[in-house]
Amino acid sequence: MYICNRSDSYLTNMRRDIFQAIADPTRRAILVLIAVQAITPNAIADHFDTTRQSISKHLRILSECDLLAQKQEGREIFYELKIDKMKEIDVWLDQFRKIMEERFQQLDQLLNTLKNKK
Amino acid sequence: MNLLFDFTVDRATNTIHITREFAADLDLVWDAFTKAEILDQWTAPKPWRVRTKEMDFREGGRWLYAMITPEKTHWSLAEFTEIKPKSSFSSRNSFCDENGNAISDGFSLTKNSFKAGTETTTVHIEKKFNKLSTLEMMVSGGYKEGLAAGLNNLDEYFLTLVTNK
Repeated sequence: MYICNRSDSYLTNMRRDIFQAIADPTRRAILVLIAVQAITPNAIADHFDTTRQSISKHLRILSECDLLAQKQEGREIFYELKIDKMKEIDVWLDQFRKIMEERFQQLDQLLNTLKNKK
Repeated sequence: MNLLFDFTVDRATNTIHITREFAADLDLVWDAFTKAEILDQWTAPKPWRVRTKEMDFREGGRWLYAMITPEKTHWSLAEFTEIKPKSSFSSRNSFCDENGNAISDGFSLTKNSFKAGTETTTVHIEKKFNKLSTLEMMVSGGYKEGLAAGLNNLDEYFLTLVTNK
């Protein structure tokens, strides 16, 4: 069962939501389509072999995770990507990069010490 | 010395590629990545410490270690799947309890490759996460609390300065 925590003040949960959203390859493909231009659910479904029902489910998950904005034009609903939300993933990856950077600097110092002991 | 550090992420395959150069010969760098007494000295982001409980560096062997602060202990396991001495080794990494039993379904597959240069040794690390949330767990498990603890240390340091005035 899919649970989406919508507590906006608690950043950690918000991030977990986004990671769950992009864990699925179909949802990642949908995000790529929406990133290019605002698009209707029917136009999205045309790109996949799966059922419209399944695409609706993926769109619902992405919406619940606050990655999509909807706009009404006439009788059609268009989905747009909320760019700011996607940036949170980059923040995580950047933190990981920093951890590694710091560890390697510790190793640099250690290697220096070990070399001098030789 | 300006040492190469390259970090790229392939989101489609949940894989992180890291290339880092070290100013030491291959023998020393290989030891630093494979011997517990050296690993313990550098693999934890400050102010965390790493303490090895078991290290059996051979194919089928494992490294069971803990990330420690005065308040918390996080256990991790690396199971060695392939070792080519002084060239590369691969492991399956996961979070566990103190006996090495898995505590989540998250894991990563890591391959470390070593290449000797004239004055430096280059290490390439390929880390594939079974899902992106595992990476998130890794970051939140160690770094965020580590950072908070670091800030606490800073608070104490400032307090010492004020008291000594």
